[in-house]
Amino acid sequence: MGDTVHEARAPYFAPQGGRRGILSWLTSTNHKRIGILYLSLIGVFFSTAVVLGVLMRVQLQSPSMRLMDARTYNIMFTLHGIIQIFLVVIPGIPTIFGNFALPMLVGANDMAFPRLNLFSWYLFLFGAVLAAVAVFTNGGAPDTGWTFYVPFSLKTSVNVPLATFAVFILGMSSILTGINIVTTVHQLRAPGMTFFKMPLSVWGLYATAWVQILATPIVGITMLLIVVERLFGIGVFDPTKGGDPLLYQHLFWIYSHPAVYIMILPAMGIISDLFPVFSRKNIFGYKMIAFSSLAIASVGSLVWGHHMYVSGQSDTADIIFSLLTFLVAVPSAIKVFNWIATMYKGSIKLEPPFLFALTFVFLFSIGGLTGLFLGALSANVQLHDTYFVVAHFHYIIFGGFGFGIFAALHYWYPKMTGRMYSKTAAVVGWLVTFVGFNVFYFPMFIMGWQGMPRRYYSYLPKFNELQLLSSVGSYVLAAGVAIILVNLLYNAKRGAKAPDNPWGGATLEWTLPSPPPLENWEEPPTVTKGPYDYSGMEEKR
Amino acid sequence: MSGHTHAGPIDRDRGCIGMWLFICTEILLFGGLFLLYSVYRYKNPADFHAASQDLSRFSGTLNTIVLITSSLSAALAVHELREGRAARSKLFIWATILLALTFLTVKGFEWAAKFEHGLYPNAAHLLSLPPGQILFFGLYFTMTGLHAIHVIVGMGIFGYGLRALSRGKIDAEHPVLVENATLFWHLVDVIWIFLFPLFYLIS
Amino acid sequence: MSDTKIERKPGYRTYFAVYAALVGLTAVTVTSASLDIGRLAIAVVLAIAGTKSVLVLLYFMHLRYEKRLLVKILMPIVVVTLAVFIGLTYTDILYR
Repeated sequence: MGDTVHEARAPYFAPQGGRRGILSWLTSTNHKRIGILYLSLIGVFFSTAVVLGVLMRVQLQSPSMRLMDARTYNIMFTLHGIIQIFLVVIPGIPTIFGNFALPMLVGANDMAFPRLNLFSWYLFLFGAVLAAVAVFTNGGAPDTGWTFYVPFSLKTSVNVPLATFAVFILGMSSILTGINIVTTVHQLRAPGMTFFKMPLSVWGLYATAWVQILATPIVGITMLLIVVERLFGIGVFDPTKGGDPLLYQHLFWIYSHPAVYIMILPAMGIISDLFPVFSRKNIFGYKMIAFSSLAIASVGSLVWGHHMYVSGQSDTADIIFSLLTFLVAVPSAIKVFNWIATMYKGSIKLEPPFLFALTFVFLFSIGGLTGLFLGALSANVQLHDTYFVVAHFHYIIFGGFGFGIFAALHYWYPKMTGRMYSKTAAVVGWLVTFVGFNVFYFPMFIMGWQGMPRRYYSYLPKFNELQLLSSVGSYVLAAGVAIILVNLLYNAKRGAKAPDNPWGGATLEWTLPSPPPLENWEEPPTVTKGPYDYSGMEEKR
Repeated sequence: MSGHTHAGPIDRDRGCIGMWLFICTEILLFGGLFLLYSVYRYKNPADFHAASQDLSRFSGTLNTIVLITSSLSAALAVHELREGRAARSKLFIWATILLALTFLTVKGFEWAAKFEHGLYPNAAHLLSLPPGQILFFGLYFTMTGLHAIHVIVGMGIFGYGLRALSRGKIDAEHPVLVENATLFWHLVDVIWIFLFPLFYLIS
Repeated sequence: MSDTKIERKPGYRTYFAVYAALVGLTAVTVTSASLDIGRLAIAVVLAIAGTKSVLVLLYFMHLRYEKRLLVKILMPIVVVTLAVFIGLTYTDILYR
């Protein structure tokens, strides 16, 4: 008996019940193990896409550089986009932390549908494999850009059908994850955990899951239509048969703009968890942050037309979408002000996770404010499809999602591995990444303003200096990312043993051992206080 | 005793909520197609009317009745299962599957007739017609085709449910699989309820 | 247990009544299609299809007996979402 109890409380990654090795992971329906499975795949994809990005920057280092020809460059930015968007940023936080952390955050032992959860992972893997196969077969890698715009995607000789089908499969995986998260939040919260006692990271994941459920089917059918159009020529997007290519853009962005919120909302939620912990203060405006997540999710679904200002859609649509775009800034700003207000008179501890969280707010604010430039109709005509757009969305996606997930990794690392990383290396990695990031992307705002179009493999001599500066920044950024990843990987087995609650968090996962056992709780925990109530905690530590 | 809380049948509340969320995604999946349909019909009213005359109103009506009847028998299957009469429940599931087969057969004859008349995507005859008619048939084959795939999937789930019923894995206390298969089936019915007038009844 | 979720269970009588209504509405919609009522026709067939769907949802899919708030509000959420997607797209289609 004593022995069984011991095994039941062994770390979740220890061999369980006879099965060991890789097979025990590939057949496990445990939420923590599935979270780690996603993390491993996404880590590989992220590194691949970073390498592609750096290669593009090598090509752009000087206008006469001939590392690749124009077509190869088109393939490079298409693959970089497809990998980063569909395989890293969209699935990123919902799959890694929605699995690893969410059940612990709400006091559950697993997700609502554990087997479906593992199935989602296999769908994700299958979609990724299909995308990889598409690169090497039947005409080669897509050169359409990650948006697969018609009519070019119908005409190009390369392997568009398989790539779009891969996106459809990845979408299915995303939908199933969303269903799992909504059901878990509704059904499996611990006794006493009302909706307004949930950590804000759960609110972020919950709002995201709704977008996954309601918007992803639209891109699913759109991608299927590209496949059907390519195979049978039904004509719905083909202007020679009466189809309207702009409708493709509508359908595509109906999903793909909300997809930006699938990327950023869960990161915002996690950041909202970190500010109170490292300020030793209750969050400022809990309900406002929670509701602003829902507001961003809903209003964010109404702004897709701002990708189409210069596409030839009606002026009426332009004006309405511009108005809605400005509106979505309001809930985003609410969050930023509340995070800052949380720090006011707090007892701030600049631990590595918090450095990343603060950087998130700084870079997200720049990205968000430049988004207002792009949301304005007149400015957009000048800035559309320039480096300004590229810089803007990298400030949002890398500055937001990227630094958000780095913050999350550094925050939950002790829980995931039972070890601590080197804090010095983490701070060095953060600093190099932060500096490299801004040297890389900030010049792009200027170049875009001066008219440098995106997706070109060469440029006019007047951009020489800024392009070179940007390339150097990208090398620094890549070095910083490498420091962060090596620090995390190396210490996963060799780091010092982590205490159960290294940051003094008041959310439920910190009441578990580090690393937690397979079955989180033997008895469900009862929740009596809020997620950021630190009263009575300081003495114990 | 430990670690396997989820190995048993799915919790009833959870299973039901999960299925309803999935149904939402299905409605939106077809929703994208309905959006396309509405725009192209708005732009090409005369062509859509003309093309619609080529569809067999009789087959469409027949299939509507078949699918509604299958929905009834599916609903009765759940009713009997909840009342604890598994044998009768199985009978109704069989009836549903047979009606689904009938639906597919009628649909098959319809599609075959269209192919004979050169009314299929990329056919030379269809391409000689006005753009609105090309779009009509493009949408017709896509939407009824996707719907037919759902019919086939629904039959598969019902077949799986029959096997589980025979093995005693499903009973009045654990009806989630059959309940959810039926919910899915009603969804397939609801989609057809819209497809039918939009394609067959353009006056 | 299960009886707390579904208090008033529908029986054969309900199911067959709904079935009869669905068949009847199908007959109405087929008939109406052969009448010449102009642009009103699309509104009529859609209204009938909507009514039939609501019947299926409420009785066959048991939404009328549903107690869980989440499940109750799902269909309204989907309908509103779809209406907004279509409506905003039409700000382009109608004025282009």
